[in-house]
Amino acid sequence: MAKAEISPIDIYKFLPRTNCGECGEKTCMAFATKLASREARLKDCPPLLKPEFKEAYQKLREMLKPPVKEITIGAGNKAVRIGGKLVMYRHELAYHNLTPIAIDVTDVTSETELVKRVKRVEEFLYKYIGRELTLDAIAVRSVSNDPTAFKSAVDKVMETTDLPLILCALNPEVMEPALIASHERRPLIYAATTDNWRDMAELALMYKCPLAVLAPNDLDLLKSLAKTLTEYGVEDLVLDPGTFTGDGVSDTINNFTMIRRAVCKGRDETLGYPLIGTPITAWLEGEGKPELNAWREAYVASMLMSRYADLLIMHSLDGWVQLPTVVWRFNIYTDPRKPVAVEPGLRVFGKPNENSPVMFTTNYALTYFTVQSDIESGGADSYLIVIDTEGLSVQSAIAGRRLTSDMVADAIRETGVEQKVRHRHLIIPGMAARLSGEIEELSKWHVKVGPTDSSGIPKFLKENWPPKED
Amino acid sequence: MGEEEKGKRAIRFVPDLLEMLSRFQELELEDVLIEAEELELDIQPTTLAIPPTAPPTLAPPEKVKPTELMRVKFTPPVMEYPSKVLEVKLGATKASGGTRGKTVVVGGATSPAFYTFERPPPNIPAISLDVFDTKEVPLPKAIRMHVEEVTDDPAEWAKLAVEKFGADMVTVHLMSTDPLIEDASPTKAAKTIEDVLQAVDVPIIVGGCGDPKKDAAVFEKVAETAEGERVLLSSVTLDMAEAGILEGVANAAKKYGHVVLAFTALDLNLARELNRKLYDFLPKDSIIMDLTTAALGYGLEYTFSIMERARIAALMGDPELQHPLLSGTTNTWAAREAWLKMGPEWEPRELRGPLWETVTAVALLLAGVDLFLMMHPAAVRTLKETMNEFINPGKAESEKLANWVSAEI
Repeated sequence: MAKAEISPIDIYKFLPRTNCGECGEKTCMAFATKLASREARLKDCPPLLKPEFKEAYQKLREMLKPPVKEITIGAGNKAVRIGGKLVMYRHELAYHNLTPIAIDVTDVTSETELVKRVKRVEEFLYKYIGRELTLDAIAVRSVSNDPTAFKSAVDKVMETTDLPLILCALNPEVMEPALIASHERRPLIYAATTDNWRDMAELALMYKCPLAVLAPNDLDLLKSLAKTLTEYGVEDLVLDPGTFTGDGVSDTINNFTMIRRAVCKGRDETLGYPLIGTPITAWLEGEGKPELNAWREAYVASMLMSRYADLLIMHSLDGWVQLPTVVWRFNIYTDPRKPVAVEPGLRVFGKPNENSPVMFTTNYALTYFTVQSDIESGGADSYLIVIDTEGLSVQSAIAGRRLTSDMVADAIRETGVEQKVRHRHLIIPGMAARLSGEIEELSKWHVKVGPTDSSGIPKFLKENWPPKED
Repeated sequence: MGEEEKGKRAIRFVPDLLEMLSRFQELELEDVLIEAEELELDIQPTTLAIPPTAPPTLAPPEKVKPTELMRVKFTPPVMEYPSKVLEVKLGATKASGGTRGKTVVVGGATSPAFYTFERPPPNIPAISLDVFDTKEVPLPKAIRMHVEEVTDDPAEWAKLAVEKFGADMVTVHLMSTDPLIEDASPTKAAKTIEDVLQAVDVPIIVGGCGDPKKDAAVFEKVAETAEGERVLLSSVTLDMAEAGILEGVANAAKKYGHVVLAFTALDLNLARELNRKLYDFLPKDSIIMDLTTAALGYGLEYTFSIMERARIAALMGDPELQHPLLSGTTNTWAAREAWLKMGPEWEPRELRGPLWETVTAVALLLAGVDLFLMMHPAAVRTLKETMNEFINPGKAESEKLANWVSAEI
């Protein structure tokens, strides 16, 4: 399949070619390579922004323009960029701009409840391999269809949080007062439809805000609206082909896939905008039990992120719903060109001495951070050898022979841990039990098989350390 | 008008106004933009604010704004592929030398997963439920509560999986054969498989313990005992090839009419290498690939991308990757988020766990998996429902979402 690849040479031609180094690269050619792989941005080259390079800059911008336009929602440091996708498949390069998740509030919720809900969105946090996974925006919905109520809900949300806003009201009369109040925050206007598009277009132009376009399961209409609105002068669109979560989920996945393919492979510029998915619609046909709606909402959200949603509106704030959602989102937006790995070598926990335990793990970031936090939670002074498995977990590394007994023995020698402790007892991950005999043979250390999940380390050490000398 | 709104351009326009304007095409909407301060427009929602005339001082518009929807067609981007995925049949009925009441055909894809706008998949992915032959394998609580009664008896467990949880197939993990667990003999393992074959009439998967030498010995014995049943031997590896024992297993599979699962760890070159070795012994339609399933949060993205790559490569004609894909989705339960008691904000884990498996499964469904190994009944049910929806497009009703924005939830 075609790759979104541009030759660095073609880029280089338009650069200043002075090798000034202001971008942080030694040469313009190196910078061109970075631009081609999208690891640098044009604005990283200050000379290029000068008037004499205006034409070259424009050329490069056009060359590097992603098929899916990048659009900013919100203002200030909480603003989110959506879209900007260069490829259809993650393995073709990488996905850019991770899908923000907006949580809804309505204009019929009491003020106290609304503030509480917004605060919960702000406070949502899961620490994962050294990163903080969060929720990103608030979608305010007009349920009352009353402009005053809608505006006051939006006011209250703005008073409570700096998170970006999505204003959801299909009635332009309801939209306008809230937009007047919030336009400096650059909210997303949701949404233009076949009935209201001219009014919504005017609002978007007047208040310079991005505009969503809703045409449930009607790609002819969606494309017609996108074309019309572009002609109208609205530059920043976000497309919603509708999210059906039960009957029609097939059509939904088809629609998202067809649009993205038309844009990435067929260069359909009319639809070259970010896509918005609304798993919240799982709650519309509520079968009574909220858990069932939340369940459906959760897995549909993950399907939509796997199939090209650049922005999501969700309802459930439950941790069990959002946890897999934010983790999967983080995962598919990692750069497949770079293994998520940490530096191999010897790590020291607390103040270990010559009698402290020695363990090992792999340099897959998730494995490492998990083990690290488990050792720290137990508070044991200890040494941890981190072995370079090219960023694979213990289980995968053993299966793929990227973690072998030889490597463990080498690591013991190379890290110098033999000079740091007097004993010769190595605690190995339970997943590596199979290697225990060979490790003993090659390293001449005694091997103790530790727990299969590192959460068991503190208990394991309590029960098994110091080891009984044999 | 409030303080903060002063100075903003504001105009009231309502559909009536737009209609009126559209009757006078020469009058462009941009011409009626009005400085709020000049006119003190009332922004009360019910008030119409129709400007008397267009102020002549404003510059003429650069571009003519459309007044009608510009109708264009969307053409579904359908593609042709030079090749397709092989079909592999699992299980054999009496007529074909086995005793199964049902058989399962996996693979045969002619498009990326569920691109139903392009063409429907020839076979829906199948789901095989896990059964263990020893209690030494700890089960997460969320799973245990559903199978507690039968963990002593693999045959009963298999029945429960088929009759109650709707499994298309059953995977019998012969963990008792692990030298580090019970080191059960190949003969004993073969007996377990016989019992399960008696208890259920669906195709079965024979899972080894992961020790290459022991697995080879067990598979050869089981292949013979289950002659003609077209079981899937899970799995054969490059380690077996290196130890010189792959040939024995592959030959046994061929001789007694079974299928092998070629397992490699997230590396398409290794997958090709193992397949090439197997082609020496086995027909191509007796090989399924397992490219390794990492759990959500523990490398699922690698699995997702390598499966997408494998599937596209197969469709584009790579002759060494045209095998159906299997996912050990059960690996999900290695993720601590699936079972660990976390803070109250992440509970109940009885839902979090099966959802973890469900999300892993649906993501991989979209990457191209043809055969799932799964564990939790709720995850199985959700995946089945989703697949059924997927092969029945055309059920979306636009009106249903026309005004979701104002729904009371």
